[in-house]
Amino acid sequence: MRDVIIVGSGPAGWTAAVYAARAELKPIVFEGNEPGGQLMTTTDVDNWPGDVEGLQGPALMERMKEHAERFNTEIIFDHIHTADLKQRPFRLQGDSGEYTCDALIIATGATAMYLGLESEDKFKGQGVSACATCDGFFFREQEVAVIGGGNTAVEEALYLANIAKKVTLVHRRDKLRAEKIMQDKLFEKQAAGKIDIIWNHSVDEVLGDQTGVNGVRVKSMQDGSTRDIAVTGMFVAIGHTPNTSIFEGQLDMRNGYITIRTGLEGNATATSIPGVFAAGDVADQVYRQAVTSAGFGCMAALDAEKYLDKLGLAG
Amino acid sequence: MAQHFTQENFEQEVLKSPVPVLVDFWAEWCPPCKAFGPIVEEVSQEVDASKLVIGKLDVDAAQHIAMEYRVLSIPTSIIFKNGEVVEKFVGAMTKEALKEKLAAYIN
Repeated sequence: MRDVIIVGSGPAGWTAAVYAARAELKPIVFEGNEPGGQLMTTTDVDNWPGDVEGLQGPALMERMKEHAERFNTEIIFDHIHTADLKQRPFRLQGDSGEYTCDALIIATGATAMYLGLESEDKFKGQGVSACATCDGFFFREQEVAVIGGGNTAVEEALYLANIAKKVTLVHRRDKLRAEKIMQDKLFEKQAAGKIDIIWNHSVDEVLGDQTGVNGVRVKSMQDGSTRDIAVTGMFVAIGHTPNTSIFEGQLDMRNGYITIRTGLEGNATATSIPGVFAAGDVADQVYRQAVTSAGFGCMAALDAEKYLDKLGLAG
Repeated sequence: MAQHFTQENFEQEVLKSPVPVLVDFWAEWCPPCKAFGPIVEEVSQEVDASKLVIGKLDVDAAQHIAMEYRVLSIPTSIIFKNGEVVEKFVGAMTKEALKEKLAAYIN
């Protein structure tokens, strides 16, 4: 039995842990299936304030973890598969044990989404990937496609342009959602002939044989016409889906994201169940930055502390 | 303890192994691999090595082996039996899921 359990180990989870630990709440953090979260697959982080020269995502997450550890945070490597928020204390069921707490901070983040095509699923690990940092290596001097138009897609395209022979970015719209500075870098590579951009097209089918992917059939959003591009790899970067399945039916959500109170009255990270707080991408489909997640993590820890204080449980 | 397979010992330790072998294809730069690594290590300590051998292969150092077995995404785990690929799984998984996959080869 603990005062506070934090589920998730991205910027929101670790920041919540630092604040909760410093409030002497002795938090437990469950790192989950993807320790460190989305930043672990981000190479250059150039917008973390204070790190003037930029830094690597995994390095930032390592530092956050060490920071939480410095203040008495217990880290348990278990996968939580069931949460019961209907009774008190709240109950979490993991592969290796059951855990209970008075206050719960959900910082489970979001996971990269796939297109959902049958052909895509068939070639997962055979040319279809959602992690350029992990798998770019296997496509040295080959032609690859990146699907998407946000920051992740542009970053993956830029990363792959240094490894692959040629990168084709396929985007459904006629303009990108990525930050301006990223777009500028992309257009530079395009001018240099390393990156091609196919606008207003979606992926219709992933093509290949028993040896893996050998092409992608793209379809025009305007007239429905299709054409094939010859690539051996397809990197999907079309956004993220929140990791909320274990809380479904228990907490209020919108589009799968946990709704929090927000506003000027404090207790901004409160969910529909008192004592349960949410922070980071799991409760934010708009900003989704490392620094906003960290901010929400801090707020959730402060909100949890206040909640426990009122119950007369803290300290 | 999980073994370390290399270009040099792969044939002897994996292909000619008298018992099935699970090979975890990984690399230093791959975050999901680093999350999966400790799971592989833990499971290797719980599994009787006279029934199933568990080990890791760094794809950066052993590119040819990764290419030969068409590993295009990491982590990938391949189970070899009598020198042949019998199962291949792509992606990290939980300890329980990995143990379940291996159960069929241990009994």
